[in-house]
Amino acid sequence: MKMLLECGAKPVDSHVDEKTEKSWSFMRKMLFGLTPGQYLGQALRNPFNWILGIIFAIGLPLIAYRFLFGLSVVTHGSNDYPWGLFLGFGLFAMVPLSASGFMLGTAVEIFGRHDFKPIERLALLNGLLGYLFAVIYLMVDLGQPWRLPYPMVVSFGPAAVLFLVAWHVATYLSVQVAEVSVSFFEWIGWLGGKRYIKKITIGLTVAGIILSTLHQGALGALFSYAPGKVHPLWYSASFQWILFFCSAIPAGLCMVIVVSTVVKKTMAWRCDANFLDNLDRCTLGLAKGASMGLITYLAIKLISVAHDNEWGYLTTGWGTWFLLEMAVGVVLPIMLFAYAIRHNFVGLARFGAGITVFGIILNRLNTALITFNWQLYQEIPHIFEVIISVTIFAVYVVVYRFILYRLPILFVWKEQPQEALATEAVKAAPIRTTPSPAGAMYRKMD
Amino acid sequence: MSGISRRRFLAASVAGCAATTLAGPKKALAAGSFTGYSDGMGVLVDLTRCIGCRSCEAACNKEQNLPAPDRPFDDQTVFDETFHGGKQKRRPDENAYTVVNRYNPESSDHPLFRKVQCNHCNEPACLSSCFVNAYTKTKEGAVVYNPKVCVGCRNCMIACPFNIPGYSYSSAFDPVVKKCIFCHETRLKNGLPPACVDICPQEALTFGKRRDLLKIGNQRIQTHPGRYVDHIYGEKELGGTSWMYLSSVPFEEVGFDPNPGNEPIINNVKDFLGTVPMVLAIWPAMFTGFHLLAKKRDGHDDHDQDADQHNGEEGGEQ
Repeated sequence: MKMLLECGAKPVDSHVDEKTEKSWSFMRKMLFGLTPGQYLGQALRNPFNWILGIIFAIGLPLIAYRFLFGLSVVTHGSNDYPWGLFLGFGLFAMVPLSASGFMLGTAVEIFGRHDFKPIERLALLNGLLGYLFAVIYLMVDLGQPWRLPYPMVVSFGPAAVLFLVAWHVATYLSVQVAEVSVSFFEWIGWLGGKRYIKKITIGLTVAGIILSTLHQGALGALFSYAPGKVHPLWYSASFQWILFFCSAIPAGLCMVIVVSTVVKKTMAWRCDANFLDNLDRCTLGLAKGASMGLITYLAIKLISVAHDNEWGYLTTGWGTWFLLEMAVGVVLPIMLFAYAIRHNFVGLARFGAGITVFGIILNRLNTALITFNWQLYQEIPHIFEVIISVTIFAVYVVVYRFILYRLPILFVWKEQPQEALATEAVKAAPIRTTPSPAGAMYRKMD
Repeated sequence: MSGISRRRFLAASVAGCAATTLAGPKKALAAGSFTGYSDGMGVLVDLTRCIGCRSCEAACNKEQNLPAPDRPFDDQTVFDETFHGGKQKRRPDENAYTVVNRYNPESSDHPLFRKVQCNHCNEPACLSSCFVNAYTKTKEGAVVYNPKVCVGCRNCMIACPFNIPGYSYSSAFDPVVKKCIFCHETRLKNGLPPACVDICPQEALTFGKRRDLLKIGNQRIQTHPGRYVDHIYGEKELGGTSWMYLSSVPFEEVGFDPNPGNEPIINNVKDFLGTVPMVLAIWPAMFTGFHLLAKKRDGHDDHDQDADQHNGEEGGEQ
């Protein structure tokens, strides 16, 4: 890509080709402004694509194998370990790492922190894709994935925590599609859709906070069903859902830092100055948020150990493993963040974010897989289970990159003059036709 | 009245307005506790009488049309089988709804045999964790399930404190959860004892109303003070079970969890379920309020107009 840029290629960031003053065709938009030849060339030159190719060549047939011959041929799923890597990593780790959407949405839209605006769309997209792929991991793991809509339409088990997870993840996915669709509407040039979403932004954001609070917590509450199976240090009858919810906050924020770091390193050409210039400042801001989340999480974790009087377990082998998880996944990033924020070391903050992401994944794997059935025996995932998990993650990366290359996530879409005019006109016109009670009250307060 | 029928009733009413009243009924469903149907049936297993003949396994296999086992039912060497580094004995799975295991307890000079099957809890964890409501606790006392709605999430297997449900992992197109159903369809419904009880040559299994079985159990303990541990396992454990056990040795020596607690599993989850409607009720106003406060402080906001107009709509947005 660098080579093409030097030759004068310029990625699409508006509806009109600046050189020819003609509108981009859909095809050229799909190739982000390159000619088919250029596109193919850059794709083939990128060694990462070859790695992906190898992963898909091995992984996709394995996924087909799983659907043709059942779970037993690719997983070590058993009657004692019903949940393996697909859920332990795919669902329980991907969902907290996708908490970024509601966190940044809240900061920007609810608290009016518009200084985080440059990174908001990346956070929203990160949320959407994380959830989408958590559902895809789930589909691979479910015995009969074609029955996934059953809890919605066929048979209801409303007293079950999983019922709540299913409904909330489904609803939240739609909310996130709506939130991210703004970029898509800009890209296809349908301003009506964009305006409509803008109008309901606050509603969507608040809905996002509610749904996130509940299902991030609900994933933790799922383990409250298994008090004798999860190791006591990773289990807390009273606080399990709060622990999962609270740790999702630093997880989501740090995932955005990690993704933005990768983006900055590998696709700087796609970012505009607004993104690149603000990234360091935003990163430190996110790191501040993440360290507060981590400190709160650490406090709740200590309280839950004290509450259930589990100090005795700390001296056992599992206790050492627990202390290691806390030291590496929680305490170390807190210290790194503190130092980085104090001295404005953005690189250190990025490193801390990477460690936090690792810590969260470790925590979820510990809860769901490693310490699960601690009184029975240790299950080691099947090699095919690992390969399929990696493959789905590779698909996630490809989809992520596909969208970042095209939609205005990392850059601001340049509107055409007449469209800009139209937006101006809409902004100027009084659209407050039916004042709501809350709105009226607010005006009175003014 | 009974918790289950209320649960069912609410499940049905939710069908109409699931999207809007998502969490409303959750608390109501989780509330209260259920101690079993008064006329529910049960089985009392007396470990002191079991000789490990495995005829109950054979009867179950025949009654439930399960595939033939690798080793015949009169083969006693299965008792030597251990799994996962000797830590585990045989357990029920999709091909065997009940198994008998042999133990060599420290406090006994001879081995004891223990039959394992679904204990048919009064408040089953599998039932309360199932998001498609596939499980039902029948008034006869059985915990049955509807394989036609099973999605295969296997949450019931996570939840079951006795590690009972098995899953047909090797089936690609119709994998379902499988477990003992107390011979509900073929026998229990018609007032007959399950196949395993019928065939037991030692009368180690006693079939009857659960409340009568408790009396019988206590009577045996009183009549033979030296023979039994003074405890009926399953009377109170995890909210009570329909299948209960008498033993001559401490229960942990014959593979029972010695202290599972007397609370049904659902009680662990009630705290969380209780917060759900509160989050749904409080969060919209709280965060819209934060938004208004934040805007007031800034004095300027891009979304002024849009936001004002739509502040009133948040309630319906979930």
